Amino acid sequence: MEVIVCIKRVPETAGADIIIDKTGRGIEKRGLVFDINEWDNYAVEEAILLKEEYGGSVTVISMGPEEANETLRRALAMGADQAIRLTDPVFEGSDGYAIARILSQAIKPLSYDLILTGVQTEDDGYGQVGPTLAEILEIPHAAVVNRIDGIEGGRVKVHRELEGGLEEVLDLNIPAVLTIQSGINEPRYVSIMGIRKVAKKEIKVLGLSELGMKPEDAGQPGSLSVVERVFFPPVGEGAQMLEGTMDEISDKVVTILKEKGGGA
Amino acid sequence: MARLLIDEDACTGCEACVEECPYGALEIKGDVATVNEKCTFCGACIDVCPVEAIVLEKEKKGVEGLDISDYKDVWVFIEHKMGRIANVSFELLGEGRKLADALGCKLSGMLLGDGVEECAREAIRHGADKVYLTESPILKEYRTDAYTAGAVNLIKQYKPEIVIFGATTQGRDVAGTIATTICTGLTADCTGLDIDPETKLLRQTRPAFGGNIMATILCQNHRPQMSTVRPKVFAMPEKDDSRTGEIIREGLPIGEDKVRTKILEFLQVDETVNLVDAEIIVSGGRGLGGSEKFSVIRELAKVLGGAVGASRAAVDAGWIPYEHQVGQTGRTVRPKIYIACGISGAIQHQAGMKTSEIIVAINKDPEAPIFKIATYGIVADLFQALPMLTQEFKKRLGR
Repeated sequence: MEVIVCIKRVPETAGADIIIDKTGRGIEKRGLVFDINEWDNYAVEEAILLKEEYGGSVTVISMGPEEANETLRRALAMGADQAIRLTDPVFEGSDGYAIARILSQAIKPLSYDLILTGVQTEDDGYGQVGPTLAEILEIPHAAVVNRIDGIEGGRVKVHRELEGGLEEVLDLNIPAVLTIQSGINEPRYVSIMGIRKVAKKEIKVLGLSELGMKPEDAGQPGSLSVVERVFFPPVGEGAQMLEGTMDEISDKVVTILKEKGGGA
Repeated sequence: MARLLIDEDACTGCEACVEECPYGALEIKGDVATVNEKCTFCGACIDVCPVEAIVLEKEKKGVEGLDISDYKDVWVFIEHKMGRIANVSFELLGEGRKLADALGCKLSGMLLGDGVEECAREAIRHGADKVYLTESPILKEYRTDAYTAGAVNLIKQYKPEIVIFGATTQGRDVAGTIATTICTGLTADCTGLDIDPETKLLRQTRPAFGGNIMATILCQNHRPQMSTVRPKVFAMPEKDDSRTGEIIREGLPIGEDKVRTKILEFLQVDETVNLVDAEIIVSGGRGLGGSEKFSVIRELAKVLGGAVGASRAAVDAGWIPYEHQVGQTGRTVRPKIYIACGISGAIQHQAGMKTSEIIVAINKDPEAPIFKIATYGIVADLFQALPMLTQEFKKRLGR
């Protein structure tokens, strides 16, 4: 079982002070803490679980600057066997389509049974790279997979999370792309010792020409959409604070909510 | 491809642009600025040039062989289950109507399925002028290959300018595959759509970085312009039974043998958690302090006939299953009443619930960000406040 996992190093923005950069189309990345995209962490774990069950190897691929090596080494420490980093100045500004195209060029020469990606990233959150990659590679895909039942006779059986507590059980040909939902497994802990152990492991680095691409295939020219601008979401006026004893407040809340048509 | 043009006669070699460029794409060579291959055409240099020597030549024409003016009308992908149209598709018909009116064009539904003609009529009653319909037993259940083939066939033949989908599991899946097949841009998970009055382009606004930032995305050179839009962002349109419209049928250009996936079954995993459709949600966060403490939330939810939600902090702590988390993919909620208990209001959580009609926030900390977006705020210990509220509702609602 040869499994490829596409992973991304993303900034943690939950509690961070965000500054819009000079272009007005992105945010200032300096000073932010980066880590593996949450969904991708589950995808790496799932790939390693597959390897433990079926044998074979796991290859992790990430597009990004040298710092992305951290993310790749983290995956190696979890149990991935090979790591590939895709980097080139012209990759900057790529949209989901261009990223999928760059990834596909790295994947085409490899042999693989499954390609795993996270459902989406924490930063852009398009959820597009997985299905687009499958389409470019002309293989089927299943999105939002929350369980892999098993692989048999050239087919994989998976569960997909739908809305309203519904799951779809799907059977598809391999090779295939699966986009992995968070919560599918419990990603293993990565210790500092574990990362040290893989510090010397080679990370293969591929640029534009090694991928057989032209500058117009990547970055903004190779993208199908463009960011016009970014801005901060509008801030609300603030709540009307209800004061008094708890008895009085309860009375007010119930009165208001009954009036506004809910709760009754 | 766009080009950055520098007027060598006008340029004074002042280096203002060199300092401004975030990509190191400009350098001074022989006293004038020159641009190298690192340029992303962001335009940052244009504004700082004191002598207006820099011009960005935008690509006006579409890609080769594609005449943008051939593409007309706004389409809405009509998602359905068990013969019923998904609420998000109705919401999009309402919003699509506005876009079509702004462009002075028609609004159409794109409907794929088996025995779904009634859905086509229902779409017309909710604002569509036309419905493009492909019916086949192969389309009985949603499968990527079959739905993509049907949709691509309709889009290639009738050339819509804009196609919008619900940002549901199905909408996100099929839109991604269609966009790749016909090679056009797709903006996922939008919360705002409008037409630029000058360029007539669709301005697609969406949260990025977990909702910390909003981004407006354009698809300039490819058609159709495609977006998926979060459920519950736009209001449901009024139904008008007197509306009539045309149904245009096309066949499905793919056989069962070409569909690479097979649905084995559907499983109802948890029927009690239907946050997206709930009218009342009582949600708990970090302030609860433990899984057993969720009982105060459940009790109030039960009295109100509402659903139980949770913040990421509560889910990550393992106090309540993942299905209850508000603010995740597909879990943007817009209930009539949202009661946030012990939730500080991280931006991700806010993004998932702030369009609720009435938000009541209960928190010990008067500075909690949740109070910025709530309609009503109560600074209190929730273990005191919630049981009293529950009692009061019980009494007044006679339950």
